[in-house]
Amino acid sequence: MAALLEADKLEAFYGPSKVLHGIDFALPEGGVTAILGANGAGKTTTLRALCGMIRTGGTVRFDGKRIDGRATESIVRLGIAHVPEGRGTFAKMTVDENLRLGSFTRRKKAEIEADFEHMFAMFPRLAERRHQQAGTLSGGEQQMLAIARALMLRPRLMLLDEPSFGLAPLIVQDIFAILARINREDRVSMLVVEQNTALALELADYAYVLETGRVVMSGPADEIASDESVRRSYLGY
Amino acid sequence: MELVLQQVLSGLATGGIYASVALAVVMIYQAIEHFNFAQGEMAMFSTYVAWSLIQIGMPYWVAFGLTLVISFIGGVLIERIVLRPLHRAPILSQIIAFIALFVIFNSVAGWIFTYTIKPFPSPFPEEPIFGTFISTHQVGVIGVTLVMLGILFVFFNFSRIGLAMRAAAQNPESSRLVGIPVGWMTALGWGLASAIGAVAGMMVAPIVFLEPNMMVGILLYGFAGALLGGVTSPTGAVVGGFLVGVIENLVGTFVPFIGTELKLTVALVIIVGVLTIKPSGLFGRPVVTRV
Repeated sequence: MAALLEADKLEAFYGPSKVLHGIDFALPEGGVTAILGANGAGKTTTLRALCGMIRTGGTVRFDGKRIDGRATESIVRLGIAHVPEGRGTFAKMTVDENLRLGSFTRRKKAEIEADFEHMFAMFPRLAERRHQQAGTLSGGEQQMLAIARALMLRPRLMLLDEPSFGLAPLIVQDIFAILARINREDRVSMLVVEQNTALALELADYAYVLETGRVVMSGPADEIASDESVRRSYLGY
Repeated sequence: MELVLQQVLSGLATGGIYASVALAVVMIYQAIEHFNFAQGEMAMFSTYVAWSLIQIGMPYWVAFGLTLVISFIGGVLIERIVLRPLHRAPILSQIIAFIALFVIFNSVAGWIFTYTIKPFPSPFPEEPIFGTFISTHQVGVIGVTLVMLGILFVFFNFSRIGLAMRAAAQNPESSRLVGIPVGWMTALGWGLASAIGAVAGMMVAPIVFLEPNMMVGILLYGFAGALLGGVTSPTGAVVGGFLVGVIENLVGTFVPFIGTELKLTVALVIIVGVLTIKPSGLFGRPVVTRV
C-alpha cells in the first residue's frame, strides 16, 4: 500500500518549547493507524501538527504534496478531517447545521443531500435530534455528531483524537464498530489517537508508541498488542 | 395618551437607527471581542460618500445601493489592512487602532467635505402620509431597518456563507477544521457591519444633518442598545436599540428636567446601569474566560 500521509522529522512547538522531537511515520492508504502513549506523550500534538494548528518543523506530505506550513483550512480542503479532542461541535447550532458546516468545502448539492441521508442511516440518533442544539446532546451523541460532521467533508483521511474520551464502555464499543465500518465501506484512511490502548489496537493495523515527543516503538498492531514488555513499559496495562 | 403613542412611534424610528448601529457593533464584537469605536465614524464617512454620489446627480436609491457596496468593500479593506496585522496584538494596541480610525475618519471627512453642516435628502416624501402622529421619513426609517434586518436574518440562517460566519464567530478552531477561512469571515463581518452602519448613517442624516460629528452621539446610543440587549446576541442588540430609542423619547418628554438637552445622558445612564446590574444584558450570556 502506498503511503497516503508521510511525516518526516516532524517537530512541534508550543511557544518556545519543543514538544515533538522529530518523529517519522507513514500512514498507508486505506489503513487504520494508531498513535499510543501515556498522557503528555504528544499524541494530540501530533494531530494538531498535521493540521497546521501549531508551529511545526520537518516535512509532512499528503498524497505526495507538502502540506507542512499551510493554513489549517487549506489542509482540510485536501480531504483531511480532524475530529478534535473534546469533539469540537458547534454547541449552539443544531445537528443539521453542524453537518451542513461539515460539508462547507463541497459544492454539489445532490451529493451533499445524499450524504445527509447516509449519515442519518448510520447514526439514527442524530436523525431524531436533527433540529436540536448540539450542546444539548449526550456525550456519545456529540461524538457521533463530530464523526458525522467530519465525514461530511468526504475525507480521504480522518484524524481521530480520543474518540472514546468520557464515554460509557458500551457507547465506546458502538463508536469503534462504526469507525471500523467507515474504514471498510467508505475506504476512509484513519489515524487514531487513543488512551484506550486495547480498543485502539483492535481497530488499527499498525501502531506507533510515543513517549515525551519521540517514537519509541512501532509495528503491526497485533505484534504490539502481544508484546508484553511494550505493554508494561509504555502502555501501562 | 396620544402623546405617549406618538413618542413611542418616533422612538421606534430613531430606535431603528440605534438598532442598526448596535447590530454593527455586535457583529464585530462577536468576531473579535472588542467594540469598534470607529463604527460611527465609518458610517458618517459612508454618508458623505452617499452625499457626494447624490451631488453628482445620481438618483437617491442608486446612490444608496452604491454606497452600501463601497462601504462593504471599505470595511473589508480596513479589516485586512489595519486589523488583520494586529489580530494577535494585545488588546490595548487594537483599541488604539480603533481610536486612530475614529480620528482619521473624522478629520479626513472634515478636511474633504468641511465642517459646514449639510442637508441630506430623505428618500421619503415630506407630506405626512401616515397622519400627524409620525412623519413619513420616520415610517420609512422603520421600514428600511426592518427590511435590512429581514435580509440579514435570511442571510445568517439560510445561506452557506452566513452559516460559516456564525460558526467562525462561535468556534474559530472547529471552523478551520471544516475548511472555513476564518480570517476572511471576520473581514466579511467588517464589510457587513460597515454597510449596516452606512444604512444607519443615511437614515439619520436627514434628521440630524450631515457633518463630521453627526454619529458621535448616535454611536453612544448604539453602544447603549448593544449593551442593553447583550453584546453576545445580535437579536438582543436589535431589540436593545429599539428599546433605547423609545426610552430616550419617553424620558425626554415626560421627565421635565431632562428634556432634549439631557437626552444623551439617558444613553450613558443605560450603559452604566446595565454594566452594574446585569453586564450580560437582556439576551446575552455571561462571557466566561478561562485564565
